[in-house]
Amino acid sequence: METLAPAPAAPLTATSIDEALDYLKTAHPHAVKADDRDGYQGIIIDADSLLELAQVIRDDLGFDYLSSATAVDYLGEGDHMEMVYHAYRSSGGSALVFKAQTDRENASIPSLTPVWRGADFQEREAWDLFGIRFPGHGNLKRILMWEGFSGHPMRKDWREAYYEEEQKPFDSRWPGGHVHRSEEKNVFGKNVSYPADIDLGRLADTSERAVYQSLGLGVDVERIMDKDGFETNELVVNMGPHHPSTHGVFRMVLTVDGETVTSLEPVMGYLHRNHEKIGERNTYLHNIPFTDRLDYISSMGNNHGYVLAVEQLMSLGRRYNPPTYRCEALRVLMVELSRIVNHLWAIGFWLNDIGAFFTPVLYFIQERERIMDFFEAVAGSRMMCNYMRFGGLFGDLPERIKSVSNLTNDRVRDYNTMQFLTEMINERIPRTIDELELLLTQNEIVIERSIGVGVLSRDEAINCSAAGPLLRGSGVAYDIRRAEPYSIYPELDFDVAVENAGDMYARYQVRVKELRESVRILRQILPRLEATKGQSIWADGKVGAYAPRVPLGEAYGRVENGKGELGYYIVSAGGRNGTSNPWRYHVRAPSFINLTPLGAMSTGHKVADIVGILGSIDIVLGETDR
Amino acid sequence: MEVKLQELNATEFPVPVELEDNIAITSLSQLYNWGRRNSMWPMLFGLACCAIEMIATASSRFDFSRFGFEVMRATPRQADLMIVSGTVTKKMVVPIVRLYNQMPEPKYVLAMGACASGGGPFKEGYNVVSGMDKYLPVDVYVPGCPPTPQALLFGMIALQRKIDGQSIANGDDVPWYGEGPAEPTPVPVLGPDIIDPRQMDMIRRQAEAAAESMALLGARDLPAATQMVAAKAETAVAEAVAAPVDGDALSFVLPTGGTPWAEAEDIREKRRLRALARKALRASRRAQAEGE
Repeated sequence: METLAPAPAAPLTATSIDEALDYLKTAHPHAVKADDRDGYQGIIIDADSLLELAQVIRDDLGFDYLSSATAVDYLGEGDHMEMVYHAYRSSGGSALVFKAQTDRENASIPSLTPVWRGADFQEREAWDLFGIRFPGHGNLKRILMWEGFSGHPMRKDWREAYYEEEQKPFDSRWPGGHVHRSEEKNVFGKNVSYPADIDLGRLADTSERAVYQSLGLGVDVERIMDKDGFETNELVVNMGPHHPSTHGVFRMVLTVDGETVTSLEPVMGYLHRNHEKIGERNTYLHNIPFTDRLDYISSMGNNHGYVLAVEQLMSLGRRYNPPTYRCEALRVLMVELSRIVNHLWAIGFWLNDIGAFFTPVLYFIQERERIMDFFEAVAGSRMMCNYMRFGGLFGDLPERIKSVSNLTNDRVRDYNTMQFLTEMINERIPRTIDELELLLTQNEIVIERSIGVGVLSRDEAINCSAAGPLLRGSGVAYDIRRAEPYSIYPELDFDVAVENAGDMYARYQVRVKELRESVRILRQILPRLEATKGQSIWADGKVGAYAPRVPLGEAYGRVENGKGELGYYIVSAGGRNGTSNPWRYHVRAPSFINLTPLGAMSTGHKVADIVGILGSIDIVLGETDR
Repeated sequence: MEVKLQELNATEFPVPVELEDNIAITSLSQLYNWGRRNSMWPMLFGLACCAIEMIATASSRFDFSRFGFEVMRATPRQADLMIVSGTVTKKMVVPIVRLYNQMPEPKYVLAMGACASGGGPFKEGYNVVSGMDKYLPVDVYVPGCPPTPQALLFGMIALQRKIDGQSIANGDDVPWYGEGPAEPTPVPVLGPDIIDPRQMDMIRRQAEAAAESMALLGARDLPAATQMVAAKAETAVAEAVAAPVDGDALSFVLPTGGTPWAEAEDIREKRRLRALARKALRASRRAQAEGE
């Protein structure tokens, strides 16, 4: 008797994750095996057939959005390098996780850039920090460190100059230790041994040469001779890292033909402050204040993503209580206020870039100041809130807060917190948004400068793993609060803002709509806060809040932050090595990956539009470079 | 700006009351400094998180133009003050030093926040410079992570007070009136690690030592060396704790190796061991007392 293959219940592009994984396993039994390590998910694909199967995953199974691609170094835990990919469907749902492994020596994994261009920067980062080569990647050079740097610093056996121990807390400081400064032992902060034949006289900075190498410098005489009429010279213009319009220390190298940009190469890493390496030395709790400093405009949102990822891991263990309802409501309150700050800031600085220098920003900063006052009263710090904890929060709302209510003088006034919030959410913020719309949305200059500039098509946006307003401005209604809901978003009533044009103006409109949606969410949060007054923000005491027991496994927690999808990929060794530190701590930064299509979006526009296009993507360098 | 001439009056020489709003008698230094302190132009230059608070300080609520920091210039050639607002990375320090060299004298540097002052929370990172003062002379340090706008304003006012104290009669105070052009700060080079040209000699010595296979602190195998020192210290502690406590029992010698910082290291270790021994003594006494 011949058994018939069961007819698929649904087309492949609508299968559940388990069905999709089963399909891959049955169709490619030799190349695919289940990842059956404790607490791990997904499949491990043989590196040789990775490219072919990635095509299947994207085209046949419909996982068209590669959210995150990152490397893990399993030194001493199998001694291999691993690339971990999280692919999603742009229609929503959870992730298809697939991995590919390679040896630590001569690590090499085929590049997935032919399938997803969004893998471009992430693979360059994996090469830079982990030393994995990606055959098939067209431009594989260092991205965060400079060309010529010695070693691949995220490898587990690479030690920084101020290395003290593998993991914190250091024995020298706790328990009962004494203050010990590693720079006293290594005063010059050096950890490189120079070859004896080093010729210091001829030592030159080769990092710059690498930047310009791929630009094809030199004049293409034939091309210039072919042109009729005007003869323009092609030249290279360097913008940044010190430039008032690059939103920090970002750098772009442009080749321009007259005023028109012919190619653009983003150069980053000027604020690469080793977030991930430090994060892997830290304990889980240590990392919360560090996440504040990623996207420093909306620190609350960063906290949220990180605690979600760790809670996801903790929920596998026994001693874990999910956060209470009041805690979730407070988290949403904070996150939505951060989103308002972020979007006001983004719109303001985008206007700076297209010529309305600093005056509009002042109005938005004024509104931000009120929210900062609120954050300061609740969390103790204006910008770096360090507010969320695993399974809870740092503290409940205070009864009363002090704030500068009118900005014409410095008089500090005392408010009831709920009254302050109600007034801010129901009156002040909507008024600011109305004013903003009145002055800008139909403004002739804004329209002239932004419509049709920096267009990103729908397919390209998905393929480049764009996220946030950049993705939704291109007609993809993808918002993680709806696509893969977390916290109490499923019960809240709001719409996903989306625009179809894909240009600068569409992104501006998406941000304005999201401001309104945030206000709508906040209005629903207020009664929930009133109703849960007196409820604890901790489910069961503070179990696990300060020394979380994180079981073995991996987790990818992601939130819709102001700038897009902020994801944290965390691998826990589960205390197997006697510590409570993440084995791998990776941040999928929207500001970083959103820069992938920048070159394509800018080509053909004038130099003056470039800063506007960059402003409309809305990056923050703390997150881009980490 | 309303000029308050009375503020400038610096001598005992009496000015008639009716002329107080028109005449001031003062020293040249004070007049000169008064002009400079009230027209500091910071460079429009943000590095990291602190830059956001710097923008907040510039905006309407805090408004540092009240103190004369009116105009932020995007070009270093028009700026008097460099506010290093954020983490200085090895990759970024090269352009920062270049920008500093492009600023005309007199020029000042304000290190804003923990990172610019000493590396801050990111100091242990492999790409982070532990403080701007490793490369440039810093005039004012503002603590905080990030400093509040009030703190930054306080730092700026502190800088103004520093300017008040400078005198054009003193060549050390105003080196920019010296002969010839000022010496530019050497720009670091991005090699296998960042290389400060001022440390070339040390690097050369290290390289020579490496060639003779003499391990020196500060070389790539530094972590192992650190561990070695730490391990030796631990055994020494064990010995010291085991030994009866009196002053001479601690007179062991740590491996020094003849490096310039070994002496300081030595002293620090001794101090630490003495503290540990005292602690052990206390604990044993306590145990004894409880036993009785």
